[in-house]
Amino acid sequence: MQMTGAEIMVKVLAEEGVTTVFGYPGGAILPFYDALRESKIEHILTAHEQGAAHAADGFARASGKVGVCIATSGPGATNLVTGLATAFLDSTPVVAITGQVQRALIGHDAFQEVDITGITMPITKHNFLVKKPENLAQTLRLAFQLAKEGRPGPVLVDVPRDVQTAVLEYTPDRLRDLPPVLPDKDRVAAAVAAINKAQRPVMLVGGGVINADAEYDAMHLCEKLHIPVVSTLMGLGAISAYRSLFLGMTGLHGHERANNAVKEADLILAVGRRFNDRVTGERSRYSANKTIIHLDIDPAELDKNIDSSIGITGNMNMTLNLLEKGSVPHDLSAWWERIASWPSMDDDFGDEEAPCFFKALNPVIKGKDYIITTDVGQHQMWAAQHLKIEFARQLITSGGLGTMGFGLPAAMGAQLARPESRAISLSGDGGFKMTGSELFTIASNKIPVIAIVFNNSGLGMIRQLQTVQFNKRFTACEMPGYVDFVKYAEAFGIKGEHVATPEELSAALDKAMAVREPYLIEVAINPKNMVQPMVAPGLGIGDFVKFEPKK
Amino acid sequence: MEQILSIVVRNQPGVLMRVAGMFSRRGYNLDSLAVGTTQNPEFSRMTVTMEADEPTVVQVCKQLAKLVEVEKVKVLPPRSSATRSMVLVKVRAGSKRMELIQLAEVFRAHAVDVTGESLIFVATGDEGKLKAFVDVMRPYGVTEMVQTGLVALERGDAALAVEESRFQWPDTEQAITI
Repeated sequence: MQMTGAEIMVKVLAEEGVTTVFGYPGGAILPFYDALRESKIEHILTAHEQGAAHAADGFARASGKVGVCIATSGPGATNLVTGLATAFLDSTPVVAITGQVQRALIGHDAFQEVDITGITMPITKHNFLVKKPENLAQTLRLAFQLAKEGRPGPVLVDVPRDVQTAVLEYTPDRLRDLPPVLPDKDRVAAAVAAINKAQRPVMLVGGGVINADAEYDAMHLCEKLHIPVVSTLMGLGAISAYRSLFLGMTGLHGHERANNAVKEADLILAVGRRFNDRVTGERSRYSANKTIIHLDIDPAELDKNIDSSIGITGNMNMTLNLLEKGSVPHDLSAWWERIASWPSMDDDFGDEEAPCFFKALNPVIKGKDYIITTDVGQHQMWAAQHLKIEFARQLITSGGLGTMGFGLPAAMGAQLARPESRAISLSGDGGFKMTGSELFTIASNKIPVIAIVFNNSGLGMIRQLQTVQFNKRFTACEMPGYVDFVKYAEAFGIKGEHVATPEELSAALDKAMAVREPYLIEVAINPKNMVQPMVAPGLGIGDFVKFEPKK
Repeated sequence: MEQILSIVVRNQPGVLMRVAGMFSRRGYNLDSLAVGTTQNPEFSRMTVTMEADEPTVVQVCKQLAKLVEVEKVKVLPPRSSATRSMVLVKVRAGSKRMELIQLAEVFRAHAVDVTGESLIFVATGDEGKLKAFVDVMRPYGVTEMVQTGLVALERGDAALAVEESRFQWPDTEQAITI
C-alpha cells in the first residue's frame, strides 16, 4: 500500500498500541501532524515541549506502557532534553519523535536545525536519524522495542521533513520478541545459601522491581522468609508501606530504622537498585561486614558503585521466584528485636509541622489507586517519608535526575494513562514556577489533576543545605515576591483554594476528589521546616545530622 | 596496566561518537583508537588501548556492551595477540639519504617518498619498536610524523564472530560510518 512517511509513522504508532501522544507542532514535524489528524490517536498539546516529555514519562510510569512525545526540529527538540534525561536516569520507556530539516539541508545550519541525535546521545538509550524513507517503519518499531526491552529507557527518532513527505510502499510487520535473560543457576544457588544462613538480612527494593512488574514476586519472597524490607525512593510502593515487614525508605533522608537496619545487616538482598550515592552515603563504609546480593537486569550495574558478593543479572520475576523456591525461613527474632529498638518510620519526626500536612493525605489515599507525583526538594522527601505508598506505580517522582518541574506535567500524563484513577501532583512553589504553565494543558483538556503546591516562598531544600553545609549563609533560596497560585490557576479557569492546616488540606482534598475536575490547593508552610532525618554529608548511612530543637 | 579492547560494532553513522562518548562521559581515558570495516561490511571493528586496572576494564566492557550498536566486546590477552601499529615519519635527510635508508632497514621500515630534501619512512610494529625507530630518526631532524592506533587480533582459532544481531535493524547505508 502506498503511503507517505508521515502516514507510516502514525500507522506504526497505532500498531504499537499508542493511544495518546504529547507534543507541540512546528514546521519540520507538520507532515506528521497532518497525518495524525486522520488517526484515532489522541494528541495532547502541551504548553511547552518539556511538559510533553514529562507527561509521556508520567504516562509510562503510571501504565508500564511506552510514553510518546513529539516535537519539531531545533528548539522543539532541545526543549525535550530535560525530560529525556529524567526518563533516562529513572529508566522509563519513552519514545520521542522529532522533526528534522529536510535531508539536503542537514549540516548547513538551516533554520531550526540542531543535531538532536548528537545532543541526546548520552541521555537516551539509543537514538536514530532516519535518512531513508524505506527504513522509517522498521526504525520506529525498533525504537519501541528498545525503549521497553531489558532496562527500559528513552529512545529518540529524528525524522527529516522530506522523509515524512516521501511516498512509499508500506507493509505491516512486527519485530520478533526478544528472549528473556535467564539468571545464572550457580549464582542463584549461592544467593540462596547466603540468605539461608544470614542472621541479619535486609531486602532492599528499588525502581527495578516496579519496572519489571515484580512487586508480587518480591512480596512473596520477603513474606516467606519474614525478612525486613527497606526501599529506595524509586522503589516505594513495590512493598506496601502498611506491611509490617516494611521498615521505610533508606538513603540520605531515609527513615532511621531503615538506615540502621542497612547499617547493621549482615546480608543485603538488593533488588533492582543501583547503589546511588544518595542511598549509600559514604561508599567505603557501606558494605563493611556484609554479604551483598545484587539482582539487576542491567549487568553494568553490578559492581559499578558497590562491589557485590553475588551479582545476578536476568529476568527479575524469575530470579525472585527461584530465590523464593530455594530459601528456607529461619529464626530471625533476635534481629527483629534489635530492629524494634530503633524509632519506627511513624515516629520519625512525624509530629513536625510539614510532615503533618503529608500525613493528612494518608487517610484520603489509603486503599485507593490514586497516583501521587512530586517535584524535587523538601516536599519530595516529606512525601517519601510520610506518605504511605501502597502500590507499585503509585508514587511517580524524579529520583535520578532530580528534575524540578517534573510533578505537574507527569501527573497529567499519569492521569491520562489511568483515567479511572486520580493523579495528585505535589510541588513546591519553586518547581511550580518552572512548569506551572502546564495548567493550560490540564485546563484545556479537562484533565482532573489535583495540584497541591506547598508554598514557603522559597527554595526549602536549598535553605536546608545552606543551613547544614554553609553555616546559614543563605543565598538565592528566599524568594521575596509571594505568588498566589490559586489566582494563577484561576487565570487558566481552574478552581482552587488556600489552606493553612493539615485539617484544611484534608477537607480541601476531599472536596477536590468529589468532582472530576482539575483543582489547585495552595498550602502555606513555614520556610524554617527541615527534612529530618538527614544523614550527615560524607558519613555512613546511619550517621544522622542533629538539628537544634525548635523553640 | 595497558589493556587492549576489541569491539565489534554495527557499521552505522554515529557509532564512533557513541563509543568515544561513553569513554569521555564516564571519565575513562583511551590511549589509542583504530577503526575499520571487517570481512562483513555490516560490522566495523574498533581496537582501543587504555591504561586501566582489572575492575575498571570490566566496567568499561559492560558499559560498551550496553550500547545497542555494540555486538561484541573482548579484552585481548596481550601475550597471545598479534598487535601492530604504523607510523609515517618525515625526516630531513640532506646528504644522508643512504645512511638513513640503511638505518631504517634495521627496523624493517622503508621509504615511501623521496622528494626534495626529505624522506618519508613507514614502519609497522608494536609501540616499543616504533618508539625506538622514531628515536633513532630524531637526531637527523624529524619534521613531522603521524601514527595509527594499535590494531590487534587474538592468535589461534578464537574469533569475535557475530552470528546474528540481537535486534532486527533496518537496512543501513554501508561504508559511511566513520
